[in-house]
Amino acid sequence: MTMIEPADFPIAGIPAPVLALVILVSAISFFSYIMFRRIDLLRKLMPDHRFSDIWERIKLAVIYGFGQYRQPRYLGAGILHILLFAGFIILSLRSLTLIGQGFFSQFHLPFLTGSPGLFYDILKDYTGLIVLGVCIIAIIRRAVFHPARYAHPGAEGHQNEAYIILGLVAALMVTDMIFDGSSLKGAAVSGKSCMFPAASLAAFFMPAPGSSTLNFIHIASYWAHILVFFSLLNYLPISKHFHVITAIPNVFFANLNRGIIKPVRWGVEDWMELEEIGVSRFQGFTWKHVLDFYSCADCGRCTDNCPANAVGRHLSPKMISIKARDYAYKYYPIFGSPPDPGETRFIGDIITENEIWACTTCGACEQECPIFIEYIDKIVDMRRYLLDQGRLPLSLQKPMQQIKKKGNAYGGSKGKRSAWAKEIEGVEIRELKPGDHADLLFFVDSCGSFDPRIQEISKSFARILSKTSSDFGILGQDETDSGNEIRRLGEEGLFEQVSGKNIKAFKARGFKEITAFDPHAFNVIRNDYPERFPIIHSSQLLARFLRDGKLTLSGDYLNNRVVTYHDPCYLGRHNGIYDEPRYVLSKIPGIELREMVCSFSRSFCCSGGGILLWYENEEEKERMGERRVRMAQEVGSQVIVTACPFCLINLEDAIKTTGNEGKIEVIDIVELIDRSML
Amino acid sequence: MNIVVCIKWTPDTSEADLTLESGGKDIKKDDLDFDVNDWDRFAIEEAVQIKEKMGGSVSVITVAPDDAEEMLRESLARGADQAFHLWDDAFEGSDGYAVASILAKFIRDRPYDLILTGTLADDDGGGQVGGMLAAMLNIPSSTLVSKIQIQGTTINFNRELEGGLGEAIEMDLPALVSVATGLNEPRFVSIRAVRKVSSVEIPMLDLGEIGIDESKVGYDGSRIQIEKVYLPPEGEGAEIIKGNPEEAAARLAEILREKGGIG
Repeated sequence: MTMIEPADFPIAGIPAPVLALVILVSAISFFSYIMFRRIDLLRKLMPDHRFSDIWERIKLAVIYGFGQYRQPRYLGAGILHILLFAGFIILSLRSLTLIGQGFFSQFHLPFLTGSPGLFYDILKDYTGLIVLGVCIIAIIRRAVFHPARYAHPGAEGHQNEAYIILGLVAALMVTDMIFDGSSLKGAAVSGKSCMFPAASLAAFFMPAPGSSTLNFIHIASYWAHILVFFSLLNYLPISKHFHVITAIPNVFFANLNRGIIKPVRWGVEDWMELEEIGVSRFQGFTWKHVLDFYSCADCGRCTDNCPANAVGRHLSPKMISIKARDYAYKYYPIFGSPPDPGETRFIGDIITENEIWACTTCGACEQECPIFIEYIDKIVDMRRYLLDQGRLPLSLQKPMQQIKKKGNAYGGSKGKRSAWAKEIEGVEIRELKPGDHADLLFFVDSCGSFDPRIQEISKSFARILSKTSSDFGILGQDETDSGNEIRRLGEEGLFEQVSGKNIKAFKARGFKEITAFDPHAFNVIRNDYPERFPIIHSSQLLARFLRDGKLTLSGDYLNNRVVTYHDPCYLGRHNGIYDEPRYVLSKIPGIELREMVCSFSRSFCCSGGGILLWYENEEEKERMGERRVRMAQEVGSQVIVTACPFCLINLEDAIKTTGNEGKIEVIDIVELIDRSML
Repeated sequence: MNIVVCIKWTPDTSEADLTLESGGKDIKKDDLDFDVNDWDRFAIEEAVQIKEKMGGSVSVITVAPDDAEEMLRESLARGADQAFHLWDDAFEGSDGYAVASILAKFIRDRPYDLILTGTLADDDGGGQVGGMLAAMLNIPSSTLVSKIQIQGTTINFNRELEGGLGEAIEMDLPALVSVATGLNEPRFVSIRAVRKVSSVEIPMLDLGEIGIDESKVGYDGSRIQIEKVYLPPEGEGAEIIKGNPEEAAARLAEILREKGGIG
């Protein structure tokens, strides 16, 4: 005999298809309304440009969305997530089939009949078992091992949501197993346990075929499955598991241009005339930024990699997302009118000023997020508002004021900008006047012009350019601070001034490329300046010289010492330059290069460049540089090579404060090549 | 509450190589960058904060050459309502007394409840204008003021004295107080904030418009004559303290004690 199928079995006198229809319509209506409310909020927010390069976006969605490419950066959790995600995709077809079976007893999706249908049934049976296993592991992992990155310091947690969702997913698997198991038992077929292990496992516990209990179990497990499925669907958009729905769109709408800060407001030319600038209220965020908040799954990878968080600054990227999402859900509720916020300010109370200024814009959080949630633009937008209100940390006011007055944070006069260039024995440096031409325009920036330590890199670079017979020159008096940190600290007006001056100076001279050894200058000219100029970083130029055979190196200076390379944030993460510096190092005969655990795109920020050098933070328990020096020590490094003058300064300080003076040397790659040239 | 803030345009000498004018009575200022006297920034901020709390208006006044308009504009961006630029070539060479005379003449017939200045100027450190201006206007005054509270027609404030000693003072308004640095956190003035006040007119008043006699200003009106300005003697070279942190700290403490840096 065959089992009675759910579609043929009335419940309390109501025909099953009617019941199925009622559940389907009410669940979908409810879900649609929730989604409408969530999307309605997005429509009330600031504009954002996220529809360019559709092909590029599709690729992102395929690789990082469906392909889950960033998940294995955390191997264990990543594999679990990939299994869950794959299960979700496979079992979604099963769910559709089961919904259909509430209406027609032999319902199958049109392409899942015959052999493909059998294949699918086997696949989904295995998948269900795997997903159930993953749920159990995930629950144990959270409940017993408490991974640190799931903590919610300083705000309400959402741990219970994780258990609810894992419980619902597990229930979905179990009800399906029971439903299939009862079918299997009812059909009294044997010998299929290797094809349907999950169903066979459930069947093992079932009463004898033909019994009314078996029928009851069959029907009950079906309706339980349907109810759990729709509960889960409706729970997603009201919990942190909204990411199940929003993650792939969020990846699709990701920021395609790293290293660039968003304009003050998309589509507004004369932003200075706006009533308010930046994010002062929640509605100041763009729709994509709030889609980010919706999409955060609280996994904590961002915070786990945040250098500011690591040294004790009160910044946790994850908590920014969580607090903002909580705020959105509270003040844009699904039902009813929003509560009165009273005196609560979004900036200041929900997101504190300390959090906003603690960020170095290193980009480690964004690099790590599996679904491309952005933080730098949001932080910069919040800073823009604070700065517009005059609220810039005291330690940053003086250097910012100096840039406004003198074009550099060091307070040096314009006339002295090229003084360093006159002190190099045997090297003549041309100061390019308007109308002059050179192949290479060496953009020294303020640090290379005025900081006595960084002037040494300027001199080394000039010696290398001279040695390679390069036709190069500098801007001298006409150079102004590049403005990378000015923009990132939210002073857009000053950024427009300094970039405008530099662009004017560039256009008045002829050159093939600009070159800079400071990745911050390199980044801002390459990415943020409103006009494009060809620019090459010193490490790329050195690589070119070596490839072209213009430089020959000796290992004498390194003298067999163990070397490690520190990736500067604005060279690596923001501009993807990892290989060239390593290629340059590999050309030093006999070099022993050991990578730190945090290297390449996981490099650990040394605490920021530009005028962040002046920033004082009272919360930190240690300097980021000190932490970085310890990482270098772990691999037994005697020389830390970097390719950024601010990394150099911060790490040299850290060498002293960690008692490593004389034991570890910090050197810029330009200086190292200068000293290793034959 | 009408608040008047008197501010000074001072050269930034911190990173500059100073040289003397040929007469030896001043430093060469042509290549120096000028900005608002740092002490005065705190005075402006305090005035704006009082206004934000109690209402009223803030006027900023300076006796300084043309370039100083930048500083006045920045003061408007900080929240001042009006700015007055007092200058005449005849003002060149005015000492503290002459400057106080000009300010007194201008302020006397205007409505004011409170006058704020910085206690000292970054350049000559004279510390004279505030006190003399108050005397000329016949109102009470005090220096190194912090924690200002206005209650009705009186002003209460603190003065921090040597060795952590404090003084709490009450005075009747109108009054003049010269503020200490650090009594507030002056706001940052962004490029946009300055642009917002770019169309506010800043009247420039000369000798005649202020109505002051030429004999009371400039070199003639000054009571101080500078004999000579001289540069600091060349230093003897720094001492680099060697040794482990404990030894280095001990040696540093010893030096500070010797030189009278610590008690």
